Amino acid sequence: MPLDRSDVFLRFDNVKKSYDQKTLVVKDFSLDVAEGEFLTLLGPSGSGKSTVLMMLAGFESVTSGDISISGKSITRTAPYKRNIGMVFQNYALFPHMTIAENLAYPLQVRKMTRSDIQDRVGEYLNLVELHGFRGRYPGQLSGGQRQRVALARALIFEPSLILMDEPLGALDKKLREQMQYEITRLHEKLGFTVVYVTHDQTEALSMSTRIAVFNDGVVQQCAPPAELYEKPSNAFVADFIGENNFVNGHVDTIADGMAKITLPEGGTITAVAAHGLAANTRCRISVRPEKLYMQDDRGAHDNQVSVRHVTHYYVGDFIRYYFKLQGGGDINIKFLNDSAAPDLKEGDIASLVWFAKDCIAFPA
Amino acid sequence: MKHLPAYYTFWHILGHYGLRWFAFAVLLFLMLPILVIVPLSFNAEPYFSFTPGMVSFDLDAYSLRWYADVFSDERWMLAVKNSFIVGIAAAVIATILGTVAAVGLSNPAMPFKRLITAFLLSPMIVPLIIVAAGMFFFYTRFNLVGTYFGLIIAHASLGVPFVIITVTATLAGFDRSLYYAGLSMGARPLKVYWDIVIPLIRPGVISGALFAFVTSFDEVVLVLFLAGPEQRTIPRQMFSGLREQISPSILAVATMLILISMSMLVTLEMLRRRSERMRSGAY
Repeated sequence: MPLDRSDVFLRFDNVKKSYDQKTLVVKDFSLDVAEGEFLTLLGPSGSGKSTVLMMLAGFESVTSGDISISGKSITRTAPYKRNIGMVFQNYALFPHMTIAENLAYPLQVRKMTRSDIQDRVGEYLNLVELHGFRGRYPGQLSGGQRQRVALARALIFEPSLILMDEPLGALDKKLREQMQYEITRLHEKLGFTVVYVTHDQTEALSMSTRIAVFNDGVVQQCAPPAELYEKPSNAFVADFIGENNFVNGHVDTIADGMAKITLPEGGTITAVAAHGLAANTRCRISVRPEKLYMQDDRGAHDNQVSVRHVTHYYVGDFIRYYFKLQGGGDINIKFLNDSAAPDLKEGDIASLVWFAKDCIAFPA
Repeated sequence: MKHLPAYYTFWHILGHYGLRWFAFAVLLFLMLPILVIVPLSFNAEPYFSFTPGMVSFDLDAYSLRWYADVFSDERWMLAVKNSFIVGIAAAVIATILGTVAAVGLSNPAMPFKRLITAFLLSPMIVPLIIVAAGMFFFYTRFNLVGTYFGLIIAHASLGVPFVIITVTATLAGFDRSLYYAGLSMGARPLKVYWDIVIPLIRPGVISGALFAFVTSFDEVVLVLFLAGPEQRTIPRQMFSGLREQISPSILAVATMLILISMSMLVTLEMLRRRSERMRSGAY
């Protein structure tokens, strides 16, 4: 999704990073970000996503390439002159200062008058609903409250760009969801641009306007959440985002972007052909557990395979069934936990069906 | 009293109590020479041993005359004054230099870290007599022998390693993202150090300063070589007191020194607890 040149707010131009002059941690990263976007860098640990954030903040130098904001290069700008707000994973609140003093610090550095600081601190404490806590110390706050202070402190000097480095990593599940909502609310209300780093895909999918999936220092795909989930451009993204079943097969023909594929046990199915797939080659077919159905509950379908039931797990809101394909290979499906959930025993033969548009064939 | 585990045999129990008595004996071995000094300093007679009157707790056998002696003797008073002047000045210099060095050494980008650390800590390892002799010959060239300034910088150099060690220890637990957070808010590195880093490592800085002070306060070898009569410190005065006129006033001074050292230990412990509270409360 290339942006119009005038819309570009933040631009990474062939950015590379190496710590030892030999191996590249970030290999040739280029990306344009529009003003007001919520961009998430998602990837496993060691994939280079945090290094990109550190270079953007100015805590790490750029080995080659350029980073610019509003057309001006910041590659050689000191971190304290970049005017970028940052939220750290461990909050990084100053433990010897009260909440109000923490919030006031960036304003004092900017030599604002005492009364202006007072007003602004009050305003932002209200914004994150912590007004009664101004005199407390960070050690006296809960994890979620500290996170809100950290957020307010990064926003209070009104930077146009906010960086967040796994800010919710230390919180429990309930609190994490609450904070996701909080961050999204502030983003919509104040309209700043966010670059957010996480390895948690649910977080990325529910908050971002765009997600860049990192692996091995390379962006595998950069797309809005739905596109990333529905149309992964390669097998890594298909596997990393959400859950996926992978089945081996052989491509017979490709026509109109659809591939006819023969499975090891002999059956044929139709799948969306991924970029780079060629006829008469081996392929990996991906299909998500929630897109598979047992035969009797859907009439219309494109593909059908016969499978043997292995086991199932009760998860709560759904039940997960594990099957073996006749030609080898595992496949699992999610079945909503309602009265229609079938009662299968080990060794039972079932028939799984799905639509061709819901499965993608990647080059093996 | 905690009960011993039920599975203990006779030998376990013997070992248990044996260890206790052994530990107590070691403690006594370490403490006794110091503890003996305290009652002897209240001796009414000019002896270094217990008189029959002291042993039978006769109140007349005890007196404060040696304390009075110390406070009326202007040589002792000069020594006390000198010890504090040199000790405080040396501690201030050592603390500034040591803190700056420790902060620099804590930077991940610092090259040859181990080598530099070993070099900076070497005054702790090199025998004092060698340092003293070396400094003496060096100082004679610059006319620093017999000056306050010369003695102060000599003592400061002995104190620096202690400050480096204590400050490095507090910095080891320092969260670097606090420094980054300060930078991201627009504060220059020096301002971040002043506003954020220094206040948080203050306990380490203060205990380093105390160590540096005590090092100077106790030191006699460098003083023997480098100080003139004008710069006599307490240990130097005790040294000549032992040689020239043996009098229990030395014991009175020693008792007061023990008191000072103990109060410093208590201060250190209180600082340590404070910093621990601050850290555990922080995250």
